Amino acid sequence: MDELYKAAVDTQAPVMEPGYTFGTVTEKISAIVLTRPASNGWFVGFGIAFLLTMMMLYAIGYLFLKGIGIWGVTIPIGWGFAIVNFVWWIGIGHAGTLISAILLLLRQSWRNSINRFAEAMTLFAVACAGIFPAIHVGRPWLAYWLFPYPSTMGVWPQFRSPLMWDVFAVSTYATISALFWFIGLIPDMATLRDRATHPAARIVYGMLSLGWRGSARHWHRYETAYLLLAGLATPLVLSVHTVVSFDFAVGIVPGWHTTIFPPYFVAGAIYSGFAMVLMLAIPIRKIYNLEDFITELHLQNAAKVMLATGLIVAYGYGIEAFMGWYSGDRYDAFTIWNRLHGPYAVPYWSLLICNIFIPQLLWIKKMRTSPVALFFLSGVILVGMWLERFIIVVVSLHRDFLTSSWGMYYPTRWDWMTYIGTIGMFLAAMFLFLRLLPAISIFEMRTLLPEAEVKE
Amino acid sequence: MKRDPVYGIMAEFDSATALVEAARRTHQAGYNKIDAYSPFPIEGLAEEIGFHRDEVPLVVLIGGIVGGLTGYLMQYWMSAVDYPLNIGGKPYHSWPAFIVITFEMTILFAGISAVFGMLALNGLPMPYHPVFNVPRFSSASKDRFFLIVFSSDPKYDPAATRGFLQGLGPRSISEVPS
Repeated sequence: MDELYKAAVDTQAPVMEPGYTFGTVTEKISAIVLTRPASNGWFVGFGIAFLLTMMMLYAIGYLFLKGIGIWGVTIPIGWGFAIVNFVWWIGIGHAGTLISAILLLLRQSWRNSINRFAEAMTLFAVACAGIFPAIHVGRPWLAYWLFPYPSTMGVWPQFRSPLMWDVFAVSTYATISALFWFIGLIPDMATLRDRATHPAARIVYGMLSLGWRGSARHWHRYETAYLLLAGLATPLVLSVHTVVSFDFAVGIVPGWHTTIFPPYFVAGAIYSGFAMVLMLAIPIRKIYNLEDFITELHLQNAAKVMLATGLIVAYGYGIEAFMGWYSGDRYDAFTIWNRLHGPYAVPYWSLLICNIFIPQLLWIKKMRTSPVALFFLSGVILVGMWLERFIIVVVSLHRDFLTSSWGMYYPTRWDWMTYIGTIGMFLAAMFLFLRLLPAISIFEMRTLLPEAEVKE
Repeated sequence: MKRDPVYGIMAEFDSATALVEAARRTHQAGYNKIDAYSPFPIEGLAEEIGFHRDEVPLVVLIGGIVGGLTGYLMQYWMSAVDYPLNIGGKPYHSWPAFIVITFEMTILFAGISAVFGMLALNGLPMPYHPVFNVPRFSSASKDRFFLIVFSSDPKYDPAATRGFLQGLGPRSISEVPS
């Protein structure tokens, strides 16, 4: 190993604290699921999340009765909260795939302690995202018309539309994320099957493990499949937010019609996704005493990814402003002026503060290593990224080419109830996940131990 | 044909290094129907027990090609053949617009083939397997390493094979009933 590189590595926090064996790693992670009783805190947290989920169902139920007139969407702003939240949730999901697939291909072994719950986060975020387009179509009971199925009407979807591309991109993403998560779980299900004492748990984990026995032939095919799946998920995750950005960029609305959208959407997705990873990881490692597995190194690395992607996002905003001036197009120029001085100037300035100015604190090492600071900073970034989508969707639509078609958008309480409700659903799913499945990949943690190395 | 009441003889080892070494020596001793079990993937172990043909990449390749063709031909047939619809004067066969869905379908089919192909080639799900009859085998998913010589191996002989495995310095030896 290169001396300089070695010196740099030595000063870093370790991926895992020393002193663990195969047995203790296994016991520590599986104990959270198998033996540790659910605390009062868990019940309170899950209870609140569950109530919020019920609130979401109530809001959606009322929507089904009344129609989307109960929302703030009107012409010209036909894409209100539903699309803002859809893009926000899908973006959050991206960090999970980045961690599990891209970092695997790049041989970043620190991903092994956070990939499992980051993938769970992806799945739950995509589930929350999927709700919005389905309930936004106006006649949600006909949402399946989006898919090409042989119908008696004899018509097919319109494949030249980015909205159709989105249907395929998001449903492929949901399917591949679920498969990736599940095959990652198979060996750990076998571990839980062999450790569980309750007969019902043995049967359920036994079924989920599919009879995994750790044969060398099985491991070989398993690793090949896992690696190939990572290789497939890598371009997939980049394509998903690219396609989401096409929903906007292919339209001619000023503020949408720009070529910078695909890369800047992908960077923004990873930015908000890592913020969500940190907001989940920091309490989880504290409450379940997993600081030895999710170390300072993980927090620092996540902070660095946020800093880098945050700067790409800042570059995107800069290019948007530059093109508003440089293109000489009066509508583009007005879009920028309107963002800075128009009726939605407050959200736009808040966005700049949340996404660009405050995250610069991450240059300071003390901030990158302080869990509390990172937790709040991640919250700020999540708010900022939500505001970004609000600006893109609402502010672009509310002032287009003709003054006669200008309008304003005011979200109603139903909009807020649905949005906050999906956060509750996401958290409720996370709470259940922590209690029912190993939150850290046990077999991948074993490979990090020094004794896993085969000495010749 | 009468089923052999013994499925094989299994030796338990303490470390990954010991298992790889034992697998190599067993294979070199002429045993071909053997298998090794470990709580995590060990690089090179499959080769030591004589496993060289991994068909998963081929399955994924075929899945990807089928997916890509399905995606493209589906769009072509629906938009240009079965229900040609003039959208803004664009050609019925607007191939650039079909690329995104073609790509997504390629990934979808290849990914599904990777997972289900791997499971099928591994013969999973398989809820019952004779190795689970060995009580110590529950540690194979935690911190122990196992090597088995199947009774179907031509060189298998209850006493001689047991003696051979004993010579590899295992932690324990068990007979696996089928």
